[in-house]
Amino acid sequence: MERDVARPMFDTDELVINMGPQHPATHGVLRVVLKLDGERVVDADVVIGYLHRGVEKLSENRDWTQIVLLTDRLDYVASAAANLAYVETVEKLLSLEVPRRARYIRTILAELQRLASHLVWLGSHAMDIGAVTVFLYCLRERELILDLFEEYCGARLTYNSMRIGGLPQDLPPNWDKKVLQFCDIQLEKLVEYETLLTHNRIWLERTKGIGVISAADAIAVGLCGPPLRGSGVVRDVRKDEPYAAYAEMEFDVPVGTNGDTYDRYLVRLEEIRQSVRIIRQALGGLPEGPVMGKVPRLIKPPAGETYHANESPKGEIGYFIASDGKSTSPYRLRVRPPSFCNLQALPQLVRGHLVADVIALIGTIDIVLGEVDR
Amino acid sequence: MADTENTDPAGEKPAAVPSQAPAPKPPAKTPAAAAAAKVEKAPPPPPGPPDQAAPADVSVPDCIQALQAALPGAVTQVSYWVGDWTVIVATPRLLDVAHYLRDAAGAKFDYCSDLTAVDWPTRAGERFDVVYCLYSTSLRHRLRVKTRVADGDSVASASGVWAAANWLEREVWDMFGIRFAGHPDLRRILMPDEWQGHPQRKDYPLEGPGELILEGPQEWLKLRQSFNEAEIE
Repeated sequence: MERDVARPMFDTDELVINMGPQHPATHGVLRVVLKLDGERVVDADVVIGYLHRGVEKLSENRDWTQIVLLTDRLDYVASAAANLAYVETVEKLLSLEVPRRARYIRTILAELQRLASHLVWLGSHAMDIGAVTVFLYCLRERELILDLFEEYCGARLTYNSMRIGGLPQDLPPNWDKKVLQFCDIQLEKLVEYETLLTHNRIWLERTKGIGVISAADAIAVGLCGPPLRGSGVVRDVRKDEPYAAYAEMEFDVPVGTNGDTYDRYLVRLEEIRQSVRIIRQALGGLPEGPVMGKVPRLIKPPAGETYHANESPKGEIGYFIASDGKSTSPYRLRVRPPSFCNLQALPQLVRGHLVADVIALIGTIDIVLGEVDR
Repeated sequence: MADTENTDPAGEKPAAVPSQAPAPKPPAKTPAAAAAAKVEKAPPPPPGPPDQAAPADVSVPDCIQALQAALPGAVTQVSYWVGDWTVIVATPRLLDVAHYLRDAAGAKFDYCSDLTAVDWPTRAGERFDVVYCLYSTSLRHRLRVKTRVADGDSVASASGVWAAANWLEREVWDMFGIRFAGHPDLRRILMPDEWQGHPQRKDYPLEGPGELILEGPQEWLKLRQSFNEAEIE
């Protein structure tokens, strides 16, 4: 008995450990301070800011058009989505009409981006849990999307693919056929991922009932995107506040019932199907015409403030922009980062689960630290 | 991140960092500061947002009218711009308004989309706007709530109304130095804990305070000002 007192390493007190900031499963420089009772998580504190580059402050010192480049570097797995939300906010401030063809192409790019982002999410999430094969499969298909983007705008990751008032260029010849081919491949391969995971016993054990959050709690804590829909809340900015060409598209908003990691997985998988459906519709009804609206040479929105939200692959991405009407850069630009708001729910999700589940839960909320820290 | 090299180019080229040096105290403009303003690419910032009133042909939504009726005097101004409605609320009444907007039948703003602030250093009295972007997941409508707060004053924390406000308020404290009274855990979130100053303020230099942050940001600002004045003379 006395020996135990003299050797406190054998006591049963709670233990505080650091996960990250350099940890392969935290998807970047995220640090989670875990308070453990044995292997069970009692509490968690999330420490962020390691990748803070001051994008909002920089934006106050850049031209309106230059900021598109900065938005690329927020969520670098889905930069076209961040581009789109930004240019739409500025267009709203300018009350600018965007040609219909440009809106359709934007929709296609945004949905391709959603596919790419969801594939990276599925691959890394499955790899965190131990299914390495899925990672290789997912990146194989994502490569095809990157090729399509490269052909469209010349870049593979930071696209700078939108302009205020339209698009930098029209589609390259035969690009639409390649996209349709890719859609077929994607749907076919999606079945492969499902075969590997959906009824896999290990996958079910690791995801079912893990990180359950009720619809009311999810709304209160500000969850958005697939994590919010996984809890059964029918909320999709594309449906509720349509932008680009989504008002003319037909698609379903998949929702979960239990609000656990498995439901969030099913929601995202179904979203891949819906994205393919939107891309096919948009390509089928692609109108002719210019891809750039009538944009003043010097962009100076009139004084005023606005908030505009889009549905990025991670959730609701919003920009709050204040213009003073005089200068060539925004007076204040605020990004509402979906990853940041979703990450806030992590302590709530991990309480009572095992350390190994923390990994699964960081994966399930799908964060990109570039966007969390901005 | 910030090293000594940063301070030197700043001293040589004051035009590269416009709108910051003269911004905090425009009434006390020396001739040197006026010359610096000419070098700027943009004129000095306006003293505040325009907060345009709604045009006559746009009717005020029911939820705002009900709010004005239920809490008389809480809403000081209603503004409409490019389709967005904003109510400007007296700071002491903020929590009443927040509770009302979350729970009232016609409002149901249960989702706090965003919470941020805007710095208007030249505005007399209250320097900051704190902005709440609200959304209702059941009625699917939006509303923006703004409240004005002076430097050093605090706003009641909305984290008890919307749990989502917790981190967002921490970010506003970190970036603007606005305190939220009653916040459960008001720490810095993006900047390191030992950081001095609040980067999103308009008088905070874009290129960072350099190594002199160790001595205190005030020292650094003085040094930079002397560089600027020497350059103009």
